Amino acid sequence: MKQTTAKESVGRPPEGQQPEPPLEDKPTCGCGQSPSKTKAAVHNDAPRIEGVIRTEAGTVPRVKTELDLIDHLGAWRARWGIRRMSYSVQPGLYAVGNPTPQSLVLVSANYKLSFDRLRSNLSGRDAWIMALDTKGINVWCAAGKGTFGTDEIVHRLETVGLKDTVSHRKLVLPQLAAPGVSAHEVKRRTGFSVVYGPVRAEDLPAFLDAGMRATAETRLIRFTLYDRLVLIPVELTNWLLYVAIIAAAMFILSGVGPGIFSFGRVVDAGPLTVSLFLGAFLTGTVAVPILLPYLPGRSFSLKGASAGLLFVSAMQLYAWQHGGLFDGRLSVAAWFLLAPAVASFVGMNFTGSSTYTSLSGVLREMRVAVPIQTVCAVLGLGLWLVGRFI
Amino acid sequence: MFELRYLPNVVTLKLDSDKCIGCGMCAEVCPHAVFTLENKRARIADRDACMECGACAKNCIAGAVSVKSGVGCAAAVIRGIVGGGEPTCGCSSTPAN
Repeated sequence: MKQTTAKESVGRPPEGQQPEPPLEDKPTCGCGQSPSKTKAAVHNDAPRIEGVIRTEAGTVPRVKTELDLIDHLGAWRARWGIRRMSYSVQPGLYAVGNPTPQSLVLVSANYKLSFDRLRSNLSGRDAWIMALDTKGINVWCAAGKGTFGTDEIVHRLETVGLKDTVSHRKLVLPQLAAPGVSAHEVKRRTGFSVVYGPVRAEDLPAFLDAGMRATAETRLIRFTLYDRLVLIPVELTNWLLYVAIIAAAMFILSGVGPGIFSFGRVVDAGPLTVSLFLGAFLTGTVAVPILLPYLPGRSFSLKGASAGLLFVSAMQLYAWQHGGLFDGRLSVAAWFLLAPAVASFVGMNFTGSSTYTSLSGVLREMRVAVPIQTVCAVLGLGLWLVGRFI
Repeated sequence: MFELRYLPNVVTLKLDSDKCIGCGMCAEVCPHAVFTLENKRARIADRDACMECGACAKNCIAGAVSVKSGVGCAAAVIRGIVGGGEPTCGCSSTPAN
């Protein structure tokens, strides 16, 4: 990776001042969010500074280890994808407690959620935190992109003057930084040896207390129900635009029928059509993550399709007892194709949020799934439209 | 039971045992316990658990591990096809840590 070419500011802000918020352009997110560049918004995300530490290399702002209400609100906001791409802290050196030149240096990303996770697990300790410029992206994703990488570590070490700040030559990195960082390269280029800490910041205190030894358990990435649940809001937000467009189109298409088009039919059938579509969509975005281990198959598209089939079957059961859900047999057939196709496609995209899918695996499942999803969607839509004339 | 396992026999992970110096770095950085150390040599113990993150290869000083790393993300693959080029990750929605 190339070194950052963005406007570089001094690593340590003047005494008593908060670090200036990063104002360089954020990478655009492919998930449909536009990066916010409002200065005020970014500034509010800066961690609370309580004093400064004077070092050989200058003054370093000290951050609290307790999270404030504003940090929790910010985390909640970011989880919903609201200005998530600008939820960052200024890259540079920070202090926790009263660190000395002998204190540990912990390296983190400048995504505020990552930074907060780290500092909140350092309560009662004296340490340095070196926040890299990962463009406001979390550790693992930034490592995958290479922004949390060897070059940035080398560059940041020099920018903050770490060699003058500490007397030892050791950096503690989160284990999930390893896809972007070459420990032996860092050592060769800077003299600093890299120690990989545990995957989760929550396990950091135990790691430090054990003389920097991680247990096998803390080296493993999990994907618990909670891990999956917190991802659902941003999944919903990311799909919002596409879902709104398709829902609007299907609402209008509900008016198609004998006599080509009727507004009365839109009013009659539109809400139900949109509900069925949203049901299939929510099956993929909400039910698939929650039920992930229990859905059949290993590929996410199959898991999604099964969940979609389950959803439409439940609707059909309801319709048998209460009636009125589908307009005729063709419509039933149509939804038995459409719902699994939608849930399968949406579920397949959850691979990006999962912690265990490989690119080779995703390519393999997509080669099979995408053609089937397309055929089902086209056929389903055709049947649904034809069914409106019968 | 109800374990989260992805597709079998698909990953590009390779280990050249002759080059391995037994430092154990691959086992240390792997978040899925793919490697074990046996007789001071790394061994691939659970190949199908590999998610091709590339941490092992990147941190192997002996150059014994190779993997075609990338993001296992369908949206990134689609973006790569639509926009051309390699699958690129546009979001940061994996659990932050």
